[in-house]
Amino acid sequence: MSVNKVMSNKWMIAFYVLPALILVGILIFIPLGLSAYYGLMDWNGIGEMEFIGMENYINAVQDMKFWDSAFHSFLLAFFSTLSLIVYLAISMILASKIKGADLLRKIYLIPMLLSSVAIAQLWIKVFNPSNGILNKMLMGLGVENPPAWLANPDIVLYAIFIPILWQYAGFYILIYYAALKNIPESLIEAAKIDGATPLQIAYRIKLPLIAGVVKVTIVLAIVGSLKYFDLIYVMTGGGPNGASEVMASYMYKLAFSTNDFGYGSAIGFLLLVITLIVTVIVRKLTADKEELQY
Amino acid sequence: MNRLGYIFLYLCLGLVAVFQILPIVWLFLFSLKGNREIFAGSPFALPQEWKWENYLTVWQGGIGTYFFNSIWITVVAIILTSLLASMATFAITRMQWKLSSLVLGLFMVGLMIPIHSAIIPLFNMFLNVNLIDNPWSIVITYTAYNLPITMMILLGFYYTLPREIEEAAIIDGCSIHRLFFRIILPMTTPVLSTIVIINMIYNWNEFVFVNTFISSDQYKTLTVGIQNFIGQYMTDWGAIGATLIISLLPILLAFIFFSNKVVEGISSSAVKG
Repeated sequence: MSVNKVMSNKWMIAFYVLPALILVGILIFIPLGLSAYYGLMDWNGIGEMEFIGMENYINAVQDMKFWDSAFHSFLLAFFSTLSLIVYLAISMILASKIKGADLLRKIYLIPMLLSSVAIAQLWIKVFNPSNGILNKMLMGLGVENPPAWLANPDIVLYAIFIPILWQYAGFYILIYYAALKNIPESLIEAAKIDGATPLQIAYRIKLPLIAGVVKVTIVLAIVGSLKYFDLIYVMTGGGPNGASEVMASYMYKLAFSTNDFGYGSAIGFLLLVITLIVTVIVRKLTADKEELQY
Repeated sequence: MNRLGYIFLYLCLGLVAVFQILPIVWLFLFSLKGNREIFAGSPFALPQEWKWENYLTVWQGGIGTYFFNSIWITVVAIILTSLLASMATFAITRMQWKLSSLVLGLFMVGLMIPIHSAIIPLFNMFLNVNLIDNPWSIVITYTAYNLPITMMILLGFYYTLPREIEEAAIIDGCSIHRLFFRIILPMTTPVLSTIVIINMIYNWNEFVFVNTFISSDQYKTLTVGIQNFIGQYMTDWGAIGATLIISLLPILLAFIFFSNKVVEGISSSAVKG
C-alpha cells in the first residue's frame, strides 16, 4: 500500500486531530464568542437575559473604575518593560565567563516555579507592617515608622510590583542568558582585538544580535502584565479602595462578586480586544526599531 | 578585566541570588516556629524548638485532601494533554491534508487568549451541563488550555523526524495506530518529558479555574485550599508557613531532580504570556 495513501486517510486524520480540536473549540473559542455576546445582555448569571445592545460597552467606556483599573494594568506593563533592562544587564554579566553561572540562573528561576497564590501569601507576610521581614529589616537599619505597604493606597501598586519582579526575574534572565550564549565567541574576540571596551561590546554587538529575543520579551512583559490577576487578587483583592485594581480583577469582581455577568462579560471582551491591539502595536513598534538599528 | 571588577560583578550576581532565595528561607524558618518566637525573635534565627507539629496540624486539618486532589487532577490532565497534543501534532506534521496549516493556526491562536476573557462563559457552560463543582470540569479545562503551548513545544520535534521511518513502517504493513503508538510516540520521549514537567508546573499552580468552578472543600486543589485554610489560621504564622511549604514542596523537589528539564521546558514555553 502506498505511504501517501495511508498518510492521507481522512478517517485517520480526523481520529488524530479532532479530540484536541474539539476540546479547544468548545473550551477556548466558543467562550470567546459568547463573551462578546453576553456583553450585549443585562444578565445576573442566573435569571433571564435581556438584550440591551451596546449599553454595557458604552457604560464601560464611561466607567472611571474601569479606566482606573486599565491605568493600573498599563502602569504594571510599563514597570515590567523597564525591568527588562535590569534583567538584560544581569544576563550580560552572567553570560560573560562567570563561574557558577548555571547554578546562579537556576537559583534565580526558583520563584518562577511557585504558584502565584503561594507567592502572594508569602509576600503578604513579608509586607506585614509589624512582623514582616521587610519592616523588621528596615527598623533594624534605623527607619522609624516604616510604611504599611499593602494598606497604603499611594504605595500599594509599587509594593505589589516587588513580588512580580521577584517572580519573573529568573524567567527573563534565563531567556536572555540562552540567547547571549548563542552568540559566536569569535565575534566577541574579534571586537576585543579591535579594541572595543566591554560596554561597547555589550551595547553595540551583543544587544543588536539578540534584538529578536528582546522584542519577544517586550511583548511577553506587556501582554503578561495586562492579563495579570492571581497575585493581586490574593494579595489585596484590588484594594485598598481600588488602588491596586487591574482589568482582570475588576472583571472578575463584577461577575463573581456583584453578579453583573453581562457587564463583566463586556469588560472581559474589552480585555481581549485591548490585549490583541497592544500585541499588534508592540510588534509593529519593535519591528521599526530593528530597521533603524541595522 | 581586573580582579576588583570581577569581585564587583560576583557581588551583584550574589545579591540577586540572595533576593531570590531569602523570602523562601524565611518562610521555611517561620514554618517551624511559634508565633511568640516569630514576632519577638530575629527573623533568620534557627528555631529554638523545632515545631514540626505545625506540619502535622495543617496536614490533618484538611491540607491532605487538597494535596491529593492537586495530585490526581494534575496527573490526569498531564496524561490527557500529552496524548491529545501528540496525536494532533502527529496528524498536522506527518499526515497529508489540505487544512493542516489552517488547523495548526487555530491551535496557535489559542496561545494568545487571556483566560479571563473566557471565564464567565465557561462558568455558564459548565453550569448548564452540571459540571460546576465537579473536578472533571477542571481536568478538561486544564487539558484544553495547555494543548496549544504543548503542541508548540512538540512541533519542532515532530518536524525533524525523518520520513523514512513512516515509509519503512507502512511498507512493512504497519497500521497508522501502530506506527504512532509503537514507533513515533516512544521516539518523542525526550520532548515528552519536557512537556510533562511544564504541564505539571502549570496545573499544580493554577488558581482561577478552581477558584471559579469548585465550591466544595472536598474537590478543591492546594492553590485554592490554602486560601481558605489561611483564612482560618489567620493569626497562626507557623501553620500558614507549613501550609505554604507543603504546597511548594512537589515543584521544588521536581526542580532539584530535573532542573535541566525544567529550564528547557520554561525556555521553550517562552511564547506563552
